[in-house]
Amino acid sequence: MARVVVDVMLKPEILDPQGQAVQRALPRLGFDGISDVRQGKRFELQVDGPVDEAALARIHDLAESFLANTVIEDFTVRVEEVAEVAEAAK
Amino acid sequence: MTARIGVVTFPGSLDDRDTQRAIRLAGAEPVALWHKDKDLHQVDAVVLPGGFSYGDYLRAGAISRFSPVMETVIEQAKAGLPVLGICNGFQVLTEAHLLPGAMLGNDHLHFICRDQKLRVENAETAWTGDYRAGQEIHIPLKNMDGRYVADAYMLDKLEAEGRVVFRYLDFNPNGSLRDIAGITNEAGNVVGLMPHPEHAVEPLIGTGRTDGLPFFTSILKKLVNA
Repeated sequence: MARVVVDVMLKPEILDPQGQAVQRALPRLGFDGISDVRQGKRFELQVDGPVDEAALARIHDLAESFLANTVIEDFTVRVEEVAEVAEAAK
Repeated sequence: MTARIGVVTFPGSLDDRDTQRAIRLAGAEPVALWHKDKDLHQVDAVVLPGGFSYGDYLRAGAISRFSPVMETVIEQAKAGLPVLGICNGFQVLTEAHLLPGAMLGNDHLHFICRDQKLRVENAETAWTGDYRAGQEIHIPLKNMDGRYVADAYMLDKLEAEGRVVFRYLDFNPNGSLRDIAGITNEAGNVVGLMPHPEHAVEPLIGTGRTDGLPFFTSILKKLVNA
């Protein structure tokens, strides 16, 4: 079993008022020197069976047609081995 | 025989009944359509109403776009069936790629509800024949995700082809690019807009104006004359 992570971000040219609101709060919280914040979405897909090329291709299609709207968003797909996750949790 | 106009109810639709009522007031027969039913029951046109279909999770309209009824709506719209998307319905139409561009959260991050002044830019679509080009109307607007965006190439194309159907006047309520409130597809049978014409069809309600009624009389006339 493996985990596949799909990260979705608004394209750079699209205004991100959520990110801007977060960025504007930073100086008030004492965080200086952060000139821009953009907020995205992360999907964690728990995949049964092997994450081979075919499975990844299907997830890529899923991300492209559903998880992201490619008119306004970019996305990346990557595999996160569950063993690593277990290791990190120790 | 009067025209039959379908109104889809998705889980989370809010304005389906108001839309049915507006259709009845215009003199057509409203037909309730269910999101799980692929059959359009021989309607002559379809309205996708406002609301928060499937909770607007993921993105507004993104989940409803894959509902069974939309399979048929998408296929029929491409074949010329008149389809109107109001607010959430507009979001569904962009997610379904029946209309170009996308809808994003309002630039001020707040829900907004107001009487909105609009200019009718295109009175040639299936849904706007009873307006005059250049006419200024007041229609209620209420949304969270009403910011219309498209790339510069598409915006120029929409303008050049007269496909911007409505523009916000005096005040841009959500940061929509080029003050766009509503657009149409190339054929003019699919129209989407953020403001709610179905809430402006009776003189006793709201501003007392009935500026939304021509949407429903336009389509009726178009269907009867077809």
